Amino acid sequence: MTAVETPPQLRSSSPSLVLQVLRFRELAIVVAILLVFGVTVLKDPSFANALSIQQLLAGPAIIGLLAVGETLVIVTRNVDLSVGSVLGLSAYLVGDLFVHDKSITIIVALLYGLLIGAGCGLVNGVIVAYARVPSLVVTLGTLYIIRGVTAVIVNGIQINPTSIPQSFLKLGSGTILGIPYIFIITTVAVVVVGYVMRNYRAARDLYAIGSNPEAAVLAGIPVPRRILSAFVISGALAGLGGAIWLAEFATVASTAGSGYELLVVSAVVVGGVAIFGGSGTVLGAALGALLLNTIDQALVASRISSFWNQAIAGAMLLLAISFDRFVSLRAERALRRGEVEHGPA
Amino acid sequence: MSAGVVDGSERDEQPATSGPLLRVEHIAKSFGPVKALIDGSIDLHRGETHALLGENGAGKSTLVKILAGVHQHDKGRILLDGAPVSFHTPNAAIEAGISVIYQEATLFPDLTVAENIFMGRQPLGRGRKIRHKEMIRRTAEAFDRLGVTLDPTRLARGLSVADQQLVEIAKAISFNAQIIIMDEPTAALPEAEVARLFDVVRNLREADAAVMFISHRLEEVFTNCQRLTVMRDGAFVMAARVEDVTIDDVIQSMIGRDLGELYSKEHSLPGERVLEVEHLTREGVFTDVSFEVRAGEIVALAGLVGAGRTEVARGVFGIDRVDAGTVKVSGVKLKSGSPLAAMAAGLGFVPEDRRQQGLVMELAIDKNMALASLPSLSHLGFIRSRSERQLASEWAVRLQLKYGRFSNVASTLSGGNQQKVVLGKWLARHPKVLIIDEPTRGIDIGTKAEVHRLLAELVASGVAVLMISSELPEVLGVADRVLVLREGRLMAEFSRGEATESAIMKAATGQISAAAR
Repeated sequence: MTAVETPPQLRSSSPSLVLQVLRFRELAIVVAILLVFGVTVLKDPSFANALSIQQLLAGPAIIGLLAVGETLVIVTRNVDLSVGSVLGLSAYLVGDLFVHDKSITIIVALLYGLLIGAGCGLVNGVIVAYARVPSLVVTLGTLYIIRGVTAVIVNGIQINPTSIPQSFLKLGSGTILGIPYIFIITTVAVVVVGYVMRNYRAARDLYAIGSNPEAAVLAGIPVPRRILSAFVISGALAGLGGAIWLAEFATVASTAGSGYELLVVSAVVVGGVAIFGGSGTVLGAALGALLLNTIDQALVASRISSFWNQAIAGAMLLLAISFDRFVSLRAERALRRGEVEHGPA
Repeated sequence: MSAGVVDGSERDEQPATSGPLLRVEHIAKSFGPVKALIDGSIDLHRGETHALLGENGAGKSTLVKILAGVHQHDKGRILLDGAPVSFHTPNAAIEAGISVIYQEATLFPDLTVAENIFMGRQPLGRGRKIRHKEMIRRTAEAFDRLGVTLDPTRLARGLSVADQQLVEIAKAISFNAQIIIMDEPTAALPEAEVARLFDVVRNLREADAAVMFISHRLEEVFTNCQRLTVMRDGAFVMAARVEDVTIDDVIQSMIGRDLGELYSKEHSLPGERVLEVEHLTREGVFTDVSFEVRAGEIVALAGLVGAGRTEVARGVFGIDRVDAGTVKVSGVKLKSGSPLAAMAAGLGFVPEDRRQQGLVMELAIDKNMALASLPSLSHLGFIRSRSERQLASEWAVRLQLKYGRFSNVASTLSGGNQQKVVLGKWLARHPKVLIIDEPTRGIDIGTKAEVHRLLAELVASGVAVLMISSELPEVLGVADRVLVLREGRLMAEFSRGEATESAIMKAATGQISAAAR
């Protein structure tokens, strides 16, 4: 029997354009950031001064850091809603550490925050990966539990700037060559985690799990262990974020970081990470955080009522999801057609 | 049973030039109280394609999953090259050289083809970093060996079923798998792709691999396999060389009873025109398709996959908009693009993909059956459960449905019984015209015959049936007339007497012109 002949009407023009948009989502976000920035500068040139730019870089650093961890979780077709609460708990406990001993070094403080977060992530991860409870429910539960625990521990006593060593506060507000330290920390996290996500087996497993969970089992991927790791890392980065929060704001109340989970998930999705898992990059997620923050600040600079902030953030989210849907449908169709071209010789 | 057939007790005396590469001896597996496998046995030799046959529920898939390391057997032994083995994880089976190609796609749509092939065992460089280029190169190599041209860097999303299987086979090759198990690889493939698949399988076999092949299509088993093993009710029934047995022997041992004629041959005289399709066109999909179906006849729509058969059916039913042409039911023109109008006019549509389009898998059996008849079952806008149950029990008897309880969800049924539920759902509406897309895909032979009997009963009661089928024996055995589509155009029409396998294939592959009509 002869091979099926290619029906001429199926042979299409190139699928390249949509695919390239898909591939260069990060580029699209960078363009959007520059666009928002440019338009705002035209209206208010002071938006481009050094201090303002430092603000633009430092502002989304914590959300960006959390978004990196959240990406790992969402890529596996899960979600971690507890990151805001973990951040709050960690911020308070690190502050409390300084209250007891002001001589603690920066590294130890950061590590302490990281470990607290990793512990919370471990709890989330074990319940999701081994007890097989949907992550949405688990992390919604731990969101409230951790917030409640924090409130009990804080017990109305705030951490004050006077309890925290100057060197640590400098981490939150200082710059090197005009670049905020906290921006550098997030950038390092993005580069390191991004590199790992591209080039190491365990990280590729995360994408496989999110893309087709049943097939991941059949491919011999240790699915529960990988999901657990994703939650631990997400928790650890949220804990680190808590320590940085303390350095940046110097005071901690029991509500620190509340509502952050939604900002983080928004940033991740706007950054092109598929909400149902399987694709997306940490760079995209971090850029998503940068974009949302830039819009935020641009609105302030343009003296548009801050009530618009949330509406615009929401619109961005819908836009991003609709855009993804549109692009993936187009891409799928293009691939199908491309498939005919590549088909059997 | 015919000569040459060996039953379980005599298997050890079977002359073999060398020991089997893989020997499965009396393995058993239970899931809770359910005994999925009672006595599974099979011998696989190097350089052979070995068919594993049995009805759905015979225990084939469980056996495969045990060999794949997904499940562990409770009893019995597995010998690989004479040494007892046991696979506790999928990786253990893979490392032992066993590669399984599953019925359902196991690819990762968001990853590239190359990554799909090397998932979990990507080539590593310094510092355990993945060597992407090496991975792409080796993928291209595997495709070369298979003689296929697929781009290793494209995403798996959007690959055709045939190409997905080639990716899976390339994966097996890249493992250097000695034993390749294919679970119904041809169920969703058109004939041309099946031929290509068997070319690939022959190459594997000639390279001294052992191929285990599960299929419901006995014709292809007999032309492409050397030996076969039949299972029934979780136990080994017989093993034989294909030349020593006939299809009838195999069917008999599969179902454990005499089937009689596989396809019912009686047919009634067609009545008036019920469905008239005139010049139906959907830009780029199908062009100028005209045909009619009379009351009391089964018309088959044949053709290769991609010829536009399902698309025509969807156009007729109004799921997809058409650009030109009309559909008339009993002489009345249908509003185009409206499935509701089609249903009101007496059309029923049993789709190809029953899991996704025909059934609500998480809904109870009786609720599924009642789904298309809700208006007639509701009172003041509320659905009466009792009426649903009544309707379901009536049809369950007529369809000989095998089920636990009506309140069980549809996904608990076997494939054949799921198809019966979909059929029942539409039959309960007493349609004038039933469009049925691949009525017996992935269904075991016993149930297949029942579905065919149902279709025969339907037409005898005056229903017009338009059937899409990729299985030529089914088309030839069931249809009163055969229409052949190729690239969206009607190429030929054959009456029951004229229709032969080769005539249909010639029309479907374009070797004869439309003049044959």
